[in-house]
Amino acid sequence: MDNTLTMQTDAGTRRTRRPRSDDKTVATLKEHILEVISDSGEGAQRCGQSVASIAARMGNGVWTVEIIPAEIQPPARSIEGASGIRIRIGSRPVNNGGDETDLVVAFNEQVLLGRVRAGELKRGCIILLENKWRKDRDPKIRDSYAQAYDQFVADGYRVHEIPMEEECLRHVPDPRRGKNMFALGMLCTLYSLDIERAREQVAFAFRKKADRVVESNLRLLDAGKEWAEANLDFKFKIPAVKATEPKIVVNGNTALALGILASGMEICAMYPITPATSASHYLSDVFEKVGGVVHQAEDEIAACAFAVGASYAGKCAVTITSGPGLSLKQEAIGLAVMTEIPLVVVNVQRGGPSTGQPTKGEQGDLLAACFGSLGDAPKVVMAASTIEDCFYSVITARRIAETFNMVVVVLSDANLATAQQPFPRPRFVEDWLAPPVDQSAVPEGAKPYDWDPLTGLARRFIPGQPNGMHTLTGLAHDRMSRVAYDPDINQESIHRRSLKLAALQKTLKAPALFGDEEGDLLVIGWGSSKGAIEEAVERVRAEGHKVSSMHLTFLQPLPPGIGEAMRRFKKVMTVESNWCDDPADEIVDQENRRYSALAMLLRARHLVDVDCWCDVRGQPLKPETVARVMREKLG
Amino acid sequence: MTIPATEWMSEIDDEPHLLEAYQGSLPRWCTGCGDNAILAAVQRLCRDEGLTPEKTVFVSGIGCSSRFPHYMRTYGFHGIHGRALPVAEGIKMARPDLHVFVNTGDGDCCSIGAAHWIHAIRYNMNMTVMLHDNHIYGLTKKQVSPTSPRGLRSNTTPRGAYLEPLNPLTVTLGVTNVSFVAQAVDWIPELLYDIISAAFHHKGLSFVRIIQRCPEYLPNLLDPWVQDPMRTLLLTHENGIQVSPGLAKVYKNQVRHDPSDLNKAREVASAEDPIPVGLLYWNPAVPCYDVIRQSPQLRTPDLIRAGLDSELDKFTIWPQDEPKRGQARPRARPS
Ligand SMILES: Cc1ncc(C[n+]2csc(CCOP(=O)(O)OP(=O)(O)O)c2C)c(N)n1
Ligand code: SF4
Ligand SMILES: [Mg+2]
Repeated sequence: MDNTLTMQTDAGTRRTRRPRSDDKTVATLKEHILEVISDSGEGAQRCGQSVASIAARMGNGVWTVEIIPAEIQPPARSIEGASGIRIRIGSRPVNNGGDETDLVVAFNEQVLLGRVRAGELKRGCIILLENKWRKDRDPKIRDSYAQAYDQFVADGYRVHEIPMEEECLRHVPDPRRGKNMFALGMLCTLYSLDIERAREQVAFAFRKKADRVVESNLRLLDAGKEWAEANLDFKFKIPAVKATEPKIVVNGNTALALGILASGMEICAMYPITPATSASHYLSDVFEKVGGVVHQAEDEIAACAFAVGASYAGKCAVTITSGPGLSLKQEAIGLAVMTEIPLVVVNVQRGGPSTGQPTKGEQGDLLAACFGSLGDAPKVVMAASTIEDCFYSVITARRIAETFNMVVVVLSDANLATAQQPFPRPRFVEDWLAPPVDQSAVPEGAKPYDWDPLTGLARRFIPGQPNGMHTLTGLAHDRMSRVAYDPDINQESIHRRSLKLAALQKTLKAPALFGDEEGDLLVIGWGSSKGAIEEAVERVRAEGHKVSSMHLTFLQPLPPGIGEAMRRFKKVMTVESNWCDDPADEIVDQENRRYSALAMLLRARHLVDVDCWCDVRGQPLKPETVARVMREKLG
Repeated sequence: MTIPATEWMSEIDDEPHLLEAYQGSLPRWCTGCGDNAILAAVQRLCRDEGLTPEKTVFVSGIGCSSRFPHYMRTYGFHGIHGRALPVAEGIKMARPDLHVFVNTGDGDCCSIGAAHWIHAIRYNMNMTVMLHDNHIYGLTKKQVSPTSPRGLRSNTTPRGAYLEPLNPLTVTLGVTNVSFVAQAVDWIPELLYDIISAAFHHKGLSFVRIIQRCPEYLPNLLDPWVQDPMRTLLLTHENGIQVSPGLAKVYKNQVRHDPSDLNKAREVASAEDPIPVGLLYWNPAVPCYDVIRQSPQLRTPDLIRAGLDSELDKFTIWPQDEPKRGQARPRARPS
């Protein structure tokens, strides 16, 4: 990557000279990755989010990734307690968190060590480190700081010690709160960000607080900016394309909740579970505005059954969950499939199995979503691959659910849940909304399951409709919804329910290829890895290789055109965050290798020898990692 | 246009219907099964109350008793084992205008669905819940249930049930927000009807435990009570169930019980022999979750548009020219 800096900084030495701002070299960059990290509760995320918002308003591409410790209150100054945010800023739109960090602001050396050990910092990364620990009263802290500092310098990082607390103390009595604004001020200087926008950002962030709070935060912002102007002799500029349309900046979970709002669904039943919960938090806050209800049920079984009941009697309802909750919901999902009640199930995937890795992303629930219920239970499975997708996929899911009287599972994951990327502000259209509840009389003699022989579709009768009285049952049933004792009826009803997937599949478009239509390697992915895969394709193509990628939104049914596309490439593989055995393992061979979920689906569907590669560390996939995999596959 | 919930609610069910209007397919319960008596009482109630069949929903789980909705000519939802209550809650939340009834067995409610039972009492949504308590798993052919008496021989307890039974009444009476608890027996149809009727008229969740005979698997279990009227204790009170003079002559064992007295209700509920029959507890003042959560808003597309736009405003970054130093920035406005 061509982010190399064009000027020198004298790393590690305390500044004696006060450079004037105009003797600085301003390095122009295509993009930069920065991180702000601290103990949790010190506001690193707010600082980083402000940087991202300001850059986005200036027209830069941005993508943010939250750095979340596994515990709620990890010990202060601990390696595992690193909490904060990564922001990737580019001249062009940015669609993933990138590879390694170019610059990091750290509030203590321990959280920084956490990032170093995780291999997240680029060689020669610029470090802006709070130096109050050097003079700490506790000799142990002083020692550990000094040691870590020496190590960072020895490792070649360009370390700048910053007296953040000392400087903040000149303006406010308690610098623990507000140091993040000082950091924001510094970053405004370093990245040539418009300070006026930063001020607006601060005013907005603290709009619910007293004026005094806003003022002190603004003072710290200015202090940070001035300190950096006076004491740091480098500066970057990442030119932006002027923004022309309004954009919204939210994370994936908020986008999901906004999608629910926009879809006209009225009831969301849920049970708290990470990483899905924040979507319900936000929805709980705003849903009543539009007459919606978020019901926190006693467990996921109840949540899903509640949603099924609500859908049965009214508009399509939604339930939100993550993996362990999906397991519990399978029972009621099967009921909805059998009774042909529309239902949207949002599953924000985390690491599994069992309680797994609650805060980490994984794509391990694909097969559970497709096949998790007992018996033949056809349902639709879609995956969001960007933040924008999180918004629109819920709207699409609602529409499919109600058109086909089916369960639609929308898969997101922990990485999308907290990542932010600006996308064009949606313009509401009434078509998004669930249709009004039909209360018209059912024609005399009409049957509750009058399956269309071609498509399997049947109109559902909703309580309140005269003449429509019947009893839905999870038992096998005939067209009259009577319990079926005749084996032919079971054969027929399973047949008709299955046809609905084919009917939906006929309406889907072939997925587009990223890159050429043919070549040596096709990489197929789904979900949050889209940005990383496409960036990797660009890099490897720039090296002269014939690589393309395809990203799937519909996983069940699989859209048309995939088989044909695969046959135009010499090699095909999937890149997924769910397990597959490594063929290099001594006891793994053709007959026992376990494939990743999508690879398995594609192999079964198309009889193509689809290979796969997986990473289940729970971190967002990095473009360079994917590029490496592609190069290896190309041989 | 969406129909607002309030509009649905204003509809009045006043059309007269015949008993046949509520009769669905022919019941397939065993002869002499207590479920038949419950069905007869409920169909009568629907007729007497003139319930509009399409505005009435019977929800059940799985079990012999849960076949109930099929035998009604109303809307019905014969769902999955143990989950009748959450399904019914979803229906009531979406459609407060519907009459919601729940039919559940002792296994369905007190075992697999026990978590939902406790919480349903606490939600206190407006619905009538009938616990068909035959002290056994009928549909799966005679396994011990949480309400089976200790020592009962079943296919999974061939040498007798090991544990004392759970008492559904005391459990229900122990839950916050309990608002209506009654007990009936299938062999006194008149009281069965009166009790279900009182339950129907209660605003909130009314819980009726019906002691039900299963002649197929427990043919003689309840005989001592059926045969000896003194082993039935009628609960009488002006705020409770009125006992007709004819019935009072047969069931002489009576006690005056004030249904507003929760502690007394718990005491009555704990005494299992004689079987207390009547209204144990009634508190019409307990708030209903469905009412608390009902939206006062008309759910129109305009409301949704406005709600969405005001939320999007919070997250929107508007394109603007770089501000000139010292100049006031024009405030962007949503178009
Ligand atoms: C998840 C699940 N587990 C087990 C069953 C099998 N099953 C069906 S009904 C039943 C018990 C029925 O007993 P009860 O609820 O008392 O109803 P009854 O038949 O006595 O009326 C069981 C265990 C099932 N249908 N689903
Ligand atoms: S088995 Fe028992 S409960 Fe079931 S229908 Fe027969 S008598 Fe009734
Ligand atoms: Mg039973």
